[in-house]
Amino acid sequence: MLEVSGLKVKYGEVEAVKGISLSVPRGSIVVLLGANGAGKSSTLNAIAGLVPATGKVTFEGELLSGQPAEDIVRRGISLTPEGRRVFPSLTVAENLHLGGAAHAAGEVLKGRIEAELERFPILRERYHQKAGLLSGGEQQMLAIARSLMAAPRLLLLDEPSLGLAPLIVDKVFDLITDLRSKGLTILLVEQNAERALEVSDHGFVLQSGQVVLQGTGPELVRSDLVKQAYLSE
Amino acid sequence: MDIFLQQIINAISLGGIYALLALGLAVVFSIVSLINFAHGELMTVAGYGMFFAIAVSLPFPFALAAAVIFACAAALLTERFAFRPMRKADMTGLLLTSFAVSAILRVLFQNGISARSKAVPLPAELSGAIDLGFFHIGIVPLLSIVTTALSLWALTLFLRRTTLGKAMRAAAEDFQVLRLMGIKANRVIAVAFAVSGVLAGVAAVLWIAQRGSVDPLMGFVPVLKAFVAAVIGGLGSLSGAVAGGFALGILEVLFQAFLPEAALPFRDAFVLGFVILILIWRPDGLIPAPVSRRS
Ligand SMILES: Nc1ncnc2c1ncn2[C@@H]1O[C@H](COP(=O)(O)OP(=O)(O)O)[C@@H](O)[C@H]1O
Ligand SMILES: [Mg+2]
Repeated sequence: MLEVSGLKVKYGEVEAVKGISLSVPRGSIVVLLGANGAGKSSTLNAIAGLVPATGKVTFEGELLSGQPAEDIVRRGISLTPEGRRVFPSLTVAENLHLGGAAHAAGEVLKGRIEAELERFPILRERYHQKAGLLSGGEQQMLAIARSLMAAPRLLLLDEPSLGLAPLIVDKVFDLITDLRSKGLTILLVEQNAERALEVSDHGFVLQSGQVVLQGTGPELVRSDLVKQAYLSE
Repeated sequence: MDIFLQQIINAISLGGIYALLALGLAVVFSIVSLINFAHGELMTVAGYGMFFAIAVSLPFPFALAAAVIFACAAALLTERFAFRPMRKADMTGLLLTSFAVSAILRVLFQNGISARSKAVPLPAELSGAIDLGFFHIGIVPLLSIVTTALSLWALTLFLRRTTLGKAMRAAAEDFQVLRLMGIKANRVIAVAFAVSGVLAGVAAVLWIAQRGSVDPLMGFVPVLKAFVAAVIGGLGSLSGAVAGGFALGILEVLFQAFLPEAALPFRDAFVLGFVILILIWRPDGLIPAPVSRRS
């Protein structure tokens, strides 16, 4: 579904992503692992069109490289960025509205908001509150719901469990498997390698901008590199 | 009593003009980090729009509409042809661009129209006052206050109720994420400029209603003051701009009214001195803008 080859991201002189290639099959959950600064966010941001990159990105057979973020989301790829980044002074309702406003209108838009409120009942309770007043977990739910408002076929999730309490982390991973079971394809970036590998079909390990290892979830769990670097046993 | 009320009316109507201008500056600044020094020229454009509409004997309401439409069009044109090509520039680059736009427009007015001021005749009905029994209120200040209130109300509705308005508020907080939602950056920025143009047009009408003429430098002083107002309020904060505008208007009228005769030429120095005190007390302004993240 998504094919990335030779992707490079440069910030001035710093090359953050040094030619990585990966593929995400339809209906799968693929995880990107790696230490801080390995280039995981840069990779997702480049796919979503937020940062300029070289290399080739194709989605459902169409070339995406070089398109701006505004157009890529229209093709069916939504990114939930690292750090949630909800609009703090806007209400939950307004955040959701903006998530869908470029993709639907009128009753369809209302229907999508209603569907997200069904999925995340807590957002219904907080509907008229400012997003900045929500807890970290609630903000993460809002950020994901807002991404889903575009009705994407591929969801890019950048560290959705970062800084959340264990109970909420469970919820996030339940949500990820649930979304996949409803037909969504997911490319996930996670620090929580153990949990991420449990839910994912395939994983890539990044080190200073390069893929150093890849394999299925169980393969990676057994690999020495992943054991040493990212798993806590 | 009469004089005191009169001063309050003056302060509110003057403050309202500053508030509208400061809002125009803030709307643009909050989204593109540009302090648009060409904002004053938008006022001037509005003034000439009004002047020409009256010169070709269009009815007065059309002249008012022409002022607002001219200012809005000028704001959109400067965005499209001056600021958009400089989008990647830093704050200094944008600031210099706005100086250039302002200078070019001023030269155009001076050479293309006239360096001297042109009278903008107002309908006679506007020159009177309404007798409230205990108190006379001038029609111009009264309309000025009503217009400011209506404009603020309309802008609030726009920002709260419409998708573009919400997008503008979101853009001020996190433009990149807004683009991730598929909302076009260019569209939101253009709308911000259009809004600032409309506000400049309305302010120009109110300004001209008080002085009855337009000249190439007309916008300079009020926009300088609006900039001060925006800083008092908290640069980039919309409610701050309104608060700062009224605060400045009130300060000016107070000092004008209560400074001794000999000190009156130094009124602006007193006002600015007071502004400095406000900023020592609240360095980020009366109502600081939320910290936004930009790429
Ligand atoms: N906007 C930016 N400007 C400059 N350097 C950046 C920027 N974003 C990330 N980097 C650098 O690129 C490298 C990769 O960062 P990132 O993609 O955020 O890694 P990760 O998400 O794996 O932690 C890091 O060295 C980081 O400092
Ligand atoms: Mg990251």
